[in-house]
Amino acid sequence: MAKYVFKRVIYMILTLFLIASFTFSLMKMLPGSPISTSSKLTPNQLAAVEAKYGLDKPLPVQYGIYMKNMVKLDFGTSFQFKEASVTELIINRAGPSFILGIQALILGTIGGIILGMIAALRQNTAWDYGSTLIAIFGISIPSFVFASLLQYWIGVKGGFLPVGLWENGWKSSILPTIALAMGPLATSARFIRTEMIEVLGTDYITLAKAKGASGIEIAFKHAFRNALIPLITVMGPLAAGLVTGSLVVEQIFAIPGIGEQFVKAINVSDYSVIMGTTMFFSVLLILVIFIVDILYGIVDPRIRLAGGNKQ
Amino acid sequence: MEKILEVENLELSFHTFAGEVKAIRGVNFDLKKGETLAIVGESGSGKSVTTKAIMRLLPESSSEFKNGQILFDGKDLTKLTDKEMQKIRGKDISMIFQDPMTSLNPTMTIGKQIMEPILKHQKLSKIEAQKMAIYLLQLVGMPQPEQRIKQYPHQFSGGQRQRIVIAIALACNPKILIADEPTTALDVTIQAQILELMKDLQKKIDTSIIFITHDLGVVANVADRVAVMYSGKIVEIGTVDEIFYNPQHPYTWGLLSSMPSLDVQEAKLYAIPGTPPDLLDPPKGDSFALRSEYAMQIDLEEIPPFFKVSDTHYAATWLLHPDAPEVTPPATIIERMKRFPSSRYYKGANGGATK
Amino acid sequence: MTKEYPKLPPEAFKHVHMDGSQTEKISKPSLNFWQDAWLRIRKNKAAVVSIFVLTFIVLMSLVGPMISPHDFETQEITHANLPPKVPGLEKIGIFDGTGKMGGKEINLYEMKNVDTYYWFGTDGLGRDMFSRVWKGTQISLLIALIAAVIDMVIGVAYGGISAYYGGRVDDAMQRVVEILYGIPTLVVVILMILVMDPGIMAIIIAISITGWIGMSRIVRGQVLKYKNQEFVLAARTLGASNGRIIKKHLLPNVMAIIIINTMFTIPSAIFFEAFLSFIGLGLQSPNASLGTLINDGYRLIQFQPHILAIPAAILSLLMIAFNLIGDGLRDALDPKMKD
Repeated sequence: MAKYVFKRVIYMILTLFLIASFTFSLMKMLPGSPISTSSKLTPNQLAAVEAKYGLDKPLPVQYGIYMKNMVKLDFGTSFQFKEASVTELIINRAGPSFILGIQALILGTIGGIILGMIAALRQNTAWDYGSTLIAIFGISIPSFVFASLLQYWIGVKGGFLPVGLWENGWKSSILPTIALAMGPLATSARFIRTEMIEVLGTDYITLAKAKGASGIEIAFKHAFRNALIPLITVMGPLAAGLVTGSLVVEQIFAIPGIGEQFVKAINVSDYSVIMGTTMFFSVLLILVIFIVDILYGIVDPRIRLAGGNKQ
Repeated sequence: MEKILEVENLELSFHTFAGEVKAIRGVNFDLKKGETLAIVGESGSGKSVTTKAIMRLLPESSSEFKNGQILFDGKDLTKLTDKEMQKIRGKDISMIFQDPMTSLNPTMTIGKQIMEPILKHQKLSKIEAQKMAIYLLQLVGMPQPEQRIKQYPHQFSGGQRQRIVIAIALACNPKILIADEPTTALDVTIQAQILELMKDLQKKIDTSIIFITHDLGVVANVADRVAVMYSGKIVEIGTVDEIFYNPQHPYTWGLLSSMPSLDVQEAKLYAIPGTPPDLLDPPKGDSFALRSEYAMQIDLEEIPPFFKVSDTHYAATWLLHPDAPEVTPPATIIERMKRFPSSRYYKGANGGATK
Repeated sequence: MTKEYPKLPPEAFKHVHMDGSQTEKISKPSLNFWQDAWLRIRKNKAAVVSIFVLTFIVLMSLVGPMISPHDFETQEITHANLPPKVPGLEKIGIFDGTGKMGGKEINLYEMKNVDTYYWFGTDGLGRDMFSRVWKGTQISLLIALIAAVIDMVIGVAYGGISAYYGGRVDDAMQRVVEILYGIPTLVVVILMILVMDPGIMAIIIAISITGWIGMSRIVRGQVLKYKNQEFVLAARTLGASNGRIIKKHLLPNVMAIIIINTMFTIPSAIFFEAFLSFIGLGLQSPNASLGTLINDGYRLIQFQPHILAIPAAILSLLMIAFNLIGDGLRDALDPKMKD
């Protein structure tokens, strides 16, 4: 296990290194220096910034400084908001994004598990078709379409929930959470359904039946755990989907989160915010995949006890 | 001897996309207390389906009892509700499956898996159930049971896992134990160990066993009586000696001829021609006739009834009809019959009735 | 058990000669893999309906911009923001050109003195939505198709080579994939778009740059599975060349999974295009894609819901159809499901 974790950490660092280098070369490929194109800085500030980032030095040196700053979590300053450091901007905006993300993840996976279980246990009935239909819709309909519809029909026409902003406490998080949760819900519902059906067809379920276990005992004591463990493997893609979704959902509902700030930065070409947020998303998602892999090893006795030998 | 299970005219079909598959087409047999009945036949003959039907383990959405009954303990198992059936499964009737590599839950310790039927059917505390589980593991010859009950299935070898499955099956002292090809998936040496264990256990506990196999060698080793199944029907049933040394049905002849034998020197092993019929559309008459060298006109028209050979021996073939012409069985079968006292080829004790 | 046996005529016991080989006659017509798969997919109602829907949308995306009297980029400011009006349907009270203005229901066509029909209405610049929607669909489909083909070609080649040659080649190639696999698609796509000139090519490259990794992993797994199976070893023993083994033995077996995976790449490419356009990184006006149309429509959702609704509906239909066909194909081509 320790060897496996070590290996994974090495790969994680390599991937991050690659992304950072990639962003650096992109920065250099952008038309003009990102700093010189910004007219909001006074000549003094410009000089200070240029000195800090060593933009007057040769490329390899710049690369070294850039990497050093990355390690120190220093992504530079925003050109849109004078002097504000990108790190600060991200931290200030992290709250709503995390609340939405976590809520959507919980709602999505739990809802998906319930839907998937119902579909698998009542296979080929109206329950099954209904939940499959929801899953197909959830996977197919892009989050921004779904979010706009929710906002229009429930927020504007219905009027019982806030249409956006982050001002009505928890209530304002309901619609964006639902919009974000559709993806994970659909994915986990389909996943659990397939896994459950497969598990329910295995010999050990027949043996459990032969022992006299009831339908409920079989579903929950024997099948559920075995179907749930593989769900951990899709958590990485789910998290990636949530981040992608958050960009549009936050924008539609005008949530002051990282995603909304990111989209705004894209539209005004605020490069340091773009690069900083990109690195932030990368670190976040890579960490999620890492944690998921380790978690999988912990909950599955076959892997846990075999010393991390994945088959 | 007291009959513990009676299967009468059992007919069962599966509903598939292609249509109705008549998997069991009128099966009759009974199981006596303490005996081992072997059901033999090739794949698809319906032997596994018959036992799964007794346990009611077939998917209810696609399988249907068309006719007949399964009498156990005065109850017709085909009519019981699922709840009532749960009380019988694992307690009165239990089952051992073919592949021990897949029949244990990978995420549950084997201790829990053995304790499950005990806690379910007996009023025992967890500690007592655990003691029982340890005892059962000892019974099936598992070393260090106290430590091993905390382990997961993947930490055991195939033979050990089958021992665990047997321990689970024996947990509640069942009246009937159904073993569905319990040695097929194992190495030959392990097969012998498991068979020894089962014979050993039967002496210790008073359980009737239904032993399903396609391996006639295993049958000779463990069974008291043998039922031969072909295309969803039992074609011949009798004691081991009757089936092995005085077989009457051409299918049984074929099966026995295709078994390698040490006594008979033959260059080529016999193979029954053709394949079993498609049960979506079973043939008229005797379903084996199409593959039989002994087929007669009547075989193509009518299903043969059971003809009595002796009190314990019945076979469903028109060859046994009093008006039927006498045919000569294959040479290897004649060799066998020479050793059976009431057979027409009996040549006295010089052949020796060695099993 | 019968005691009294039925009396039978002697001819009943006449010996019949049976030809054992007869019982092995084939009762079903023999179908090759693809015919069999086609029969299966035909049984899947959702997939069949999806094929029709998809065909319709593809056809409309090709002919739609041509059959409308208005083209997709001409702006007629006086005709801005008109709701849909369809000849024939207007008589039964739907799509008759009425819309809200200042809270009242009025016929906007009469008010603005427009005597032509805009089947899907017009956008804020007076462009014909019908032509724009189908043109946009065409562009979205084009982008998705090209991206899927690129993913497939690179993925199959990379995964196939890695698995087929194995050993050190595989090791090296897989280390690269393992590092690349960690990079979130979103991040790469956005970064790529930023440095390239916005346009169709930029979007295709951005989507393809990491898209092939999934395909390569799947193909590698499949090739690894098949390459050591007996039928391949047998072919090798008989002296088949590498090319022949790949062409005759591996490709046909891996084909099914490549097709299934491509069927799922297309909707994900459609989604990414629409997503990029929605956050402002997509095509530039007057070019239209489903994503840019939805983006435009979203801004006017309160006043002109049809501008959002129509492209959103077509995008959703496309995604659903592709996903259902993909599901159907997977079920049809998956040998595990064979009865």
